[in-house]
Amino acid sequence: MRKPSEVKVVIIGGGIVGTSLAYELAKYQLEAVLIEKEAELSFGVSKSNSGIVHTGFQDDPSSLKAQLAVRGNQLYREMAKLLDFPFIPTGELVVAFPGEREQIEHIRENGERLGIPRLEIVEGAWIREHEPNLSTEIECALLGPTAAVINPYEVIYAMAENAASNGVTINCSNEVTALERESDCWAVRTSESEYKAHYVINAAGLSADTISQMAGIPAPRIIPWKGEEFILDRHADRLTQSIIFPVPQKETKGILVIPTVDGNTMIGPTAEEIDDKDDITTSEAGKKKVLRSIQRIVPCVREDQIIASFSGLRPAIAENEFYIREERDGFVNIVGIKSPGLTAAPAIAEYVVQMLAKKMKLSPRKGYIATRSAIPRFRHLSSDERNRLIREDPGYGEVVCRCELVTKSEIREAIKRGARTLDGVKFRTRSQMGRCHGAFCTMKIMEIMAEELGVTYDQITKRGRGSELVMESHELKAL
Amino acid sequence: MAAAVGAAEGGLKKILILERLPRLGGILNQCIHLGFGLTYFKEEMTGTEYAARYKKMVYERDIEARTSCFVHTITPQKEITFVCADGEYTVSAKHIVMATGCRERTREMLTVPGTRPAGIFTAGLAQEMVNIYGVMPGKEVVVIGSGDIGLIMARRMTLEGATVHAVLEILDHLSGLIRNKVQCLDDFGIPLYLQHEPLEIIGRDRVEAIRYRNNQTGEHKILPCDTVLFSVGLIPEQDLLIDAGIEPGNGIHLVGNADYIHDYVDAVTREAEKLGRLLA
Ligand SMILES: Cc1cc2nc3c(=O)[nH]c(=O)nc-3n(C[C@H](O)[C@H](O)[C@H](O)COP(=O)(O)OP(=O)(O)OC[C@H]3O[C@@H](n4cnc5c(N)ncnc54)[C@H](O)[C@@H]3O)c2cc1C
Ligand SMILES: Cc1cc2nc3c(=O)[nH]c(=O)nc-3n(C[C@H](O)[C@H](O)[C@H](O)COP(=O)(O)OP(=O)(O)OC[C@H]3O[C@@H](n4cnc5c(N)ncnc54)[C@H](O)[C@@H]3O)c2cc1C
Repeated sequence: MRKPSEVKVVIIGGGIVGTSLAYELAKYQLEAVLIEKEAELSFGVSKSNSGIVHTGFQDDPSSLKAQLAVRGNQLYREMAKLLDFPFIPTGELVVAFPGEREQIEHIRENGERLGIPRLEIVEGAWIREHEPNLSTEIECALLGPTAAVINPYEVIYAMAENAASNGVTINCSNEVTALERESDCWAVRTSESEYKAHYVINAAGLSADTISQMAGIPAPRIIPWKGEEFILDRHADRLTQSIIFPVPQKETKGILVIPTVDGNTMIGPTAEEIDDKDDITTSEAGKKKVLRSIQRIVPCVREDQIIASFSGLRPAIAENEFYIREERDGFVNIVGIKSPGLTAAPAIAEYVVQMLAKKMKLSPRKGYIATRSAIPRFRHLSSDERNRLIREDPGYGEVVCRCELVTKSEIREAIKRGARTLDGVKFRTRSQMGRCHGAFCTMKIMEIMAEELGVTYDQITKRGRGSELVMESHELKAL
Repeated sequence: MAAAVGAAEGGLKKILILERLPRLGGILNQCIHLGFGLTYFKEEMTGTEYAARYKKMVYERDIEARTSCFVHTITPQKEITFVCADGEYTVSAKHIVMATGCRERTREMLTVPGTRPAGIFTAGLAQEMVNIYGVMPGKEVVVIGSGDIGLIMARRMTLEGATVHAVLEILDHLSGLIRNKVQCLDDFGIPLYLQHEPLEIIGRDRVEAIRYRNNQTGEHKILPCDTVLFSVGLIPEQDLLIDAGIEPGNGIHLVGNADYIHDYVDAVTREAEKLGRLLA
């Protein structure tokens, strides 16, 4: 094994929490490394969720969770401008059927205590006018204008690119296997290398309890809570303008209608406690349950509009609260980050960095780059912009993914920025996400990957080792 | 191509074919099996030969054919916008013939429960992998659906050294052609299970098995495999019209698989030629 690298901070886990930390730490003059076991960032629960930046009013106003969610919501607005990712302020409605008015009034009071602006209860007539697809049985609703939707993986790649441009090292396909306290630092051993770090931040999501154990530090046990989500065809139009919530259930926010960044509607998630941290199956029962709940709110939703489904596991713990603390010797645990973890992540990072600032001197990074620009999205450009791009690079005139209008140069750019798998290309470009689910473009994308990465087809994977697409190539390479 | 040839035969002068792929021919280019042209050319040939024959007919006539040109918008005023390596262009036409073919229904549309590992392909994608790229999508194969492409691919995969364990069909009858069942399954000893429904895809990173139910007996079975091919129907590709909210008519025509799904290319050809002549 190579000589261990010495760094100030090791972050374990490249989900939204770990990557937010990388982005936040990049602002300071120190050496940080982010370690992720999967082939790319965002392959844990952070890619499989509802993508909502919540207002924060669904949680107990005295909890850390609620406060970090409210702060996270503010931070996303700034970040979206700096890092050039879509942040769509759809707003949300918590709808009340007869007999539920009191509950939404209670939520509004909670929200106001947290300082969430512009909360308002709207009546039936307003709802009929603004959300004509909602059930006419809905009596009134709480309007939270600050809620928004994002594509979580786009945010992660944006933050990671910015962090990397400021000198943070990002190492994927690198699993932390052991943690040991040495005289004045932590030895972090991984499947690929070893690091010596003064601070270790455990943002390992579903495995955060295991990582803590490796360090010999007790932490709450993670109980996976599965959520299944279903995506509707874009021809089904925007069913609703804002995110629609029922009144909250005991453990979750209920089953929602989510107008996604990409213009599809998503419905879900379910909530079910399970034992297996690998169980990301979707089920017939889950689909039926989601449809039943949603049809009560939006009666026109049909089963045959579903074009895709996925499921994610919330890394829950027994207590309904985030567990964030510096344990000892510079080891920070971030455990139990279930919903609204996506919303809170930038604020969690800020909170943890403030915690570290008490222990070490943080000075602003010299030559800090505050911005990052996105891969051009051919689909969203004007004709003049398209022609300008094509003149500079004819690859922007080659459409690879016909359903989502993604060009060859966008795929190439995704690979240049770190995509190593088909899913990585998908999350960065939206190719393969449309109606044909990759039937038309998979091979064309693999061809570009083979070319750009200098690999053979049988080395290309869907999402990392073990998920190879082709078994063996008989390619005539040297022709 | 057939619509263009028909129109040229009828005397029409300004004909433009726009094709998104680098070559003309459409799906025929990946159909390297026999069974094309029996009624139209009165001889049996492969899809690729059929396409080549037709390309020649296009090039011999006064037809402009542009490949690697992707049409992304059409308007009710019959303006067509396409992109290619030299830029984005809009042209207008008196008639637009939409011969955009079809796409395959996918696992997601059936919403088959389970995991989402590598190793799940539509039969048409598998055909492209094997016949165009020369790569093998897998070794231990189960085909879902008894559509023609699935049957053809069951044979093709077998010929390439894979084991095809079964073709599962939820209906009580074959959905492809009898000819294909005999030549592609029976001749290779591949079983066709009718009234069998896929219930779950199993496998974390790569497909490991499929669970299915015999709907007659209610019996569940788990069949280990590394690849699942879906051949569960084709959908006419009419998105350009749907996106623009246009109905066919008024100089906008659908033909071939874009209109409805055909079993034989010969029928597609005849209908398209007829349409072409009509427009001239
Ligand atoms: C169905 C569903 C819907 C949700 N909807 C929302 C929502 O709308 N809004 C919202 O705010 N929140 C939502 N959430 C919650 C949100 O998704 C999570 O709180 C958040 O993604 C947690 O991020 P994370 O970075 O902690 O975890 P992860 O994204 O799982 O990141 C942890 C990373 O650590 C890596 N790792 C693990 N072990 C190791 C190791 N040994 N070495 C190296 N790396 C390791 C993992 O591979 C993983 O990538 C939802 C959750 C679910 C399941
Ligand atoms: C596996 C298989 C086996 C078959 N076996 C037989 C057989 O044995 N015998 C037989 O007679 N028939 C067979 N057929 C049927 C026959 O080949 C097809 O019905 C026929 O070729 C369809 O022709 P088409 O022109 O309608 O569609 P396609 O061949 O699909 O052509 C559509 C073309 O439009 C292009 N296009 C689509 N959208 C755009 C856009 N936006 N811009 C630009 N271009 C676009 C596509 O790239 C494609 O080239 C088979 C088909 C398949 C798939």
